[in-house]
Amino acid sequence: MLFTEAGQLATSYKAEQKLFRLRQDYVAFGILLFLAFVALPYWGSDYWFNAILIPFLVLSLAGLGLNLLTGYAGQLSLGSAAFMAVGAFATYNLELRIPDLPLLFSILGGGLFAAASSVIFGLPSARIKGFYLIVSTLAAQFFIQWLFTKFSWFSNGSTSGVITAPPLVMAGYDFSTPVGRYLLTLSIVASLFLIARNLVRSELGRHWMAVRDRDTAAAVMGIPILKTKLLAFGMSGFILGIAGALWAFTYLGTVEPHGFDLTRSFQILFIIIIGGMGSLLGNFLGAAFIVLLPILLSQLIGLLPANHWVDIGQLENAQKIIFGGLIIFFLIKEPDGLARLWQRCRERARIWPLRY
Amino acid sequence: MNFFFEVLVGGLLAGVMYSLVAIGFVLIYKASGVFNFAQGAMVLFAALTFVSLLERGVPFWLCFLMTLAVMIVLALGIERWVLAPLANRSPITLFMATLGLSYVIEGLAQLLWGAQVHGLELGIKDEPFIIGGIFLSQFDLFAAGIALSLVIILSIFFNKTQIGLSLRAVADDTLAALAVGIRLPKVWVIVWSVAGFVGLVAGLLWGARVGVQFSLSLIVLKALPVLIIGGFTSIEGAIVGGLIVGASEKLAEVYLGSVIGGGIENWFPYVLALGFLLIRPAGLFGEQAIERV
Repeated sequence: MLFTEAGQLATSYKAEQKLFRLRQDYVAFGILLFLAFVALPYWGSDYWFNAILIPFLVLSLAGLGLNLLTGYAGQLSLGSAAFMAVGAFATYNLELRIPDLPLLFSILGGGLFAAASSVIFGLPSARIKGFYLIVSTLAAQFFIQWLFTKFSWFSNGSTSGVITAPPLVMAGYDFSTPVGRYLLTLSIVASLFLIARNLVRSELGRHWMAVRDRDTAAAVMGIPILKTKLLAFGMSGFILGIAGALWAFTYLGTVEPHGFDLTRSFQILFIIIIGGMGSLLGNFLGAAFIVLLPILLSQLIGLLPANHWVDIGQLENAQKIIFGGLIIFFLIKEPDGLARLWQRCRERARIWPLRY
Repeated sequence: MNFFFEVLVGGLLAGVMYSLVAIGFVLIYKASGVFNFAQGAMVLFAALTFVSLLERGVPFWLCFLMTLAVMIVLALGIERWVLAPLANRSPITLFMATLGLSYVIEGLAQLLWGAQVHGLELGIKDEPFIIGGIFLSQFDLFAAGIALSLVIILSIFFNKTQIGLSLRAVADDTLAALAVGIRLPKVWVIVWSVAGFVGLVAGLLWGARVGVQFSLSLIVLKALPVLIIGGFTSIEGAIVGGLIVGASEKLAEVYLGSVIGGGIENWFPYVLALGFLLIRPAGLFGEQAIERV
């Protein structure tokens, strides 16, 4: 069968530690990468790149950032968008003020600034936990948004804090076309996911999960709680910062601090709840869901016979109700999100045609 | 010095308005251990329902009763479809569920009643008058009076009635309460209904102040620092916390804001709350949680 694992045994510790233990996973991942890097740029239209694929990738990355912190290390955060803003504004300023800095380095620098600010707002996690921590992250959310709106230095003198993307040129190549921006985003997202994949199965990842599952027990085992938590905040901030830079420069082009408000933080939280906390795949599933559902809904409304009570404002409200309802539904029925559903399909396929 | 007192009193009175919202949280937190993020949405929903009924020519007292009935139906629905299926889950999960709930209620409120801003006239003149050289807003004093009577009514309800007793029993020890025959679903419905009532009162006062509009649901964000400072489990704490937040944010805006740039009202309460958290995690009046290793 296509899904049989029989005979694929690890005969060394090295083989056990491979990124993909199963041949099928390896092949499937290769095909997926081929599709994403070669087939899609060839077949995709500008609409797909601009409206669906790029936001999908960036939101997956933002989901990953929050998932490392909330899903793996168990620290609830409502300030994700703030760290995205730090990433975006730091990248912009690095590009602006250090003219010769290559774009990739500015983006990485933006990530580092976001990581630093995330660690600062993560410091209170030394003493407080659970949903008390949302106070600290909400403080970050409001403070950082205020900072970028208030001080126009960050946006090079723009009164409303609007920043515009620098030319996306790297090593002589111009990435400003939709395909170029897509490929740039995809490369960064793919490499960060690879790093994250290795991170969560490393010692640090296991520390995070130990702290999440029971912090007292983790402390007894000798895991340095504060260091582990702060590393989670730092890593999460780094990834969110890069996601913010990509959101500003490859997706939107221009962005203002208001674009990184609390609603965006909630959106990212919803991605990981729907997709699956403590799962890397879940970020993609959740982001796809969040990006596609509004499009799907407006299409559905368009299909209805013309009726007078459905207007755009109402559509937004209906969307809110559906999102909220889905959140509750997922928390009740499938706390591990869409990723768990996928897991179940795999398990079912493995033993097919038998039931168990 | 007069100016200082004026800012202080203005802040204290504004803080009362925060307390009104925070009381709704405390009720629900006490009885079911849920940090109810949807309280702001409930305030919006109640105020919108009330105003929409009022605009359709329904008399004031009937509007109040009808909105109350709607809030009770809402509480029944929440118990049935959100709380009961999520019983015994972690507080974080419950919190996120109320986040989803707030989206549902906000969407529902605006789907039913539209998103335009409604004015609300409670028949209280908002003319400032002067006591000892300090300008006082009549409306703020009225709000403070309402808050005070609400606290008195609630404490009578909690301390002197049969239902209040069972509510306190559930808050104290859920398992023991179940063992002596208290019905948990019923208690939840009552608590959420009472929170709906408090939400209605808060919604009316806030609505009369700033107009009934979507931003009402955002006052939940101001109530959070209030709760942290006052403690999640104490109604008196909510009042004191509200006063502290209101006074300090106005003072900070006036004295600190002029130094580092205005508009710091948004984040200052959080920084203050963070300071409190680091020194006194349970808040001023909260119960100290004891953790066993």
